Amino acid sequence: MSVQTFTPREFHRQAHDALGNPQIRANFRKAMDGLMTKRRDVFSDWDLETLRELGANIRLRALAKLPDLLEQLEANCEANGIRVHWAEDGDEACRIIRGICDSHGARSVIKGKSMVSEEMHLNAHLEEAGIEALESDLGEYLVQLNEQTPSHIIMPAIHLNTDEISEILHDKTGTERSRDVDYMTAAARAQLRERFMAADVGVSGVNFAVAETGTLCLVENEGNGRMTTTVPPVHIAVTGIEKVVEHLRDVPPLYALLTRSATGQHVTTYFNMISSPRKEGEHDGPKEVHLVLVDSGRSRIYQDDELLDTLRCIRCGACMNHCPVYTRVGGHTYGTTYPGPIGSILSPHLMGLEETKDLPTASSLCGACGEVCPVKIPIPDLLVRLRRESVGEGRGNVAGAGVKRTRKEAAAWKGFEWMATHPGVWRSGTALAGKLQALMPAKLAPWTDYRTAPKPARASLHALVKQHRRRQQTDGSEGENRS
Amino acid sequence: MTPVKCYPPKPEKVYFFGTCLIDLFYPEAGMDAIRLLEREGVEVLFPEDQTCCGQPAYTSGYHDEARAVAAAQLGLFPEPWPIVVPSGSCGGMMRKHYPQLFAGTDLEAQANDVAGRIHELTEFLVHVCHLQLEDRGEPEKVAMHTSCSARREMGLAETGPALLGQLGGVELVEQERAAECCGFGGTFSVRHPEISGAMVDDKAKAIEAAGAARFVTSDCGCMMNIGGRFEQQKKAVKGEHIASYLWRRTS
Repeated sequence: MSVQTFTPREFHRQAHDALGNPQIRANFRKAMDGLMTKRRDVFSDWDLETLRELGANIRLRALAKLPDLLEQLEANCEANGIRVHWAEDGDEACRIIRGICDSHGARSVIKGKSMVSEEMHLNAHLEEAGIEALESDLGEYLVQLNEQTPSHIIMPAIHLNTDEISEILHDKTGTERSRDVDYMTAAARAQLRERFMAADVGVSGVNFAVAETGTLCLVENEGNGRMTTTVPPVHIAVTGIEKVVEHLRDVPPLYALLTRSATGQHVTTYFNMISSPRKEGEHDGPKEVHLVLVDSGRSRIYQDDELLDTLRCIRCGACMNHCPVYTRVGGHTYGTTYPGPIGSILSPHLMGLEETKDLPTASSLCGACGEVCPVKIPIPDLLVRLRRESVGEGRGNVAGAGVKRTRKEAAAWKGFEWMATHPGVWRSGTALAGKLQALMPAKLAPWTDYRTAPKPARASLHALVKQHRRRQQTDGSEGENRS
Repeated sequence: MTPVKCYPPKPEKVYFFGTCLIDLFYPEAGMDAIRLLEREGVEVLFPEDQTCCGQPAYTSGYHDEARAVAAAQLGLFPEPWPIVVPSGSCGGMMRKHYPQLFAGTDLEAQANDVAGRIHELTEFLVHVCHLQLEDRGEPEKVAMHTSCSARREMGLAETGPALLGQLGGVELVEQERAAECCGFGGTFSVRHPEISGAMVDDKAKAIEAAGAARFVTSDCGCMMNIGGRFEQQKKAVKGEHIASYLWRRTS
């Protein structure tokens, strides 16, 4: 399999390629159909709307108090013996992590799943410094072996089918070619087990950081998260600043929403609560635990009372699973760490609109994402907000605002405004239809690649209503036949 | 989700907002909606100066232009009658987004008043008119496509099928992934034509595979999209606005 790189700048080309790739289409369709069914079934006996409301309010409350909660989290973590580091951006976070590795003379790092580490390209950074970083989540491991990036935030290798996985493991690790999932999983597990024992440092993400107790919660299914955070002598947890929650009691509802929304599970196989390094007299656990809190544009999002809702996200991936666009083009097409609807509202803040200008428009605004979001992020509204920013009619709070504004399109919408605010002009029948077509965005031609063009009616509704009224007056009767 | 609405008793009059797509491309659907309402004894007021709800500009990010267009509609409904819109998409724009669009402006109160009186056509026929239908048509297999705006923005997944369910000769067939978007999405279909094309292809195939001779929808955008796909593929499946379908089979 050839190594491909993806960038949001090439969204259209990448979408074209994905749509023309039957394997990608089939893999995603099958996986997303399965995930949608599982989610629906697992919530069937829950009062989902009440739970979503609760989840949304917990996240809103945490965000409302974010600066205070972060300070509280820091104080409580430090009191527990967890060292807290602050990183303005991904590069700084990478330097901090590398610094911790260097101070221990670490040569190998084992990683639990962390999207923030993907966001800041931690593996490449460590490798440049001569430190090997190995992914231990099975999906991430496969993606790393295949020199790819994750195509889904929960299921990183969802773009691969069994045969492709077998081929990768065969090529890169020498296993037999097989369609036996158990055999392949066992082989990968054995390979990884050795690496866990030899790793100098474990790096994990965080699902919820509890301010009142200084506890780091990690949700996972494979046990690799527990191994990563307990076997190596040093554990570094890295997360975005928005992952903080106020109380321990906030965790169960969010956890209930997260696992059901993500994979349709009632519970995950593992739920880790990390509250300190190894204490005196204890026989296992890391001797040092670090928490790296990464901003990377998040505090800028925080300044805007509308965009702020982006930060509610608990990274379940349900918006991807239910997105008809994501299902068809797959995760890599977006060219961003976070694909799908959440990626389209988050990536512009992380990378700027210049890079990501095609993402907010890559949605039919069907609302499926907002409908399933466990914390009720108004994703369609935020997509529209970013479209405003793209054309320079927003508040200018996003880097690259105005990048999509063209004189031609702006003039077209002014023309639309003029006609739609001059009813007399509007009513000028077929001539109007011609004018309206000229006002559509320049790319009207592709419509007819897939469909016939609609034909403007000979008489408009305005005209027909007038005829109808005249007939009613002359007939004096209501019961009339269709003309 | 739209909050639960308390529906008024059947009024003497309603305003009818025809929508620009119906005005231009499908005026008979608008007329059939008016005929259905009049048959229920409701006088239909059609403000002549109506144009477009402003949604195309709104979803494209041109909110100043959308606001100007929307403002030109706000004054067309001076009496407190309900406003019936034969489209979930335009209805959703007026009910949900007008309040957002005018928040903090001089027109805020008027926008909220108009938004509160918006009813999508099938919603109005079911919940306000309590419409009873007697089918006079031939037996036929029909698929309902409820638009995403009607389904999610206005919370009206049930009203269209409820009306079709009253037609004795109609067998409502279940299509695979009925709740999935048809790929229209307004300017999405021209900004991302290949993705939109893949979506409408799947939607048309699902409707055909369900054995439907016809699909019925309450939104002309979806009709133009799915119907145009069938036509381009030279398929026999026809699309029809639910207002026309109901009127044709019961008049």
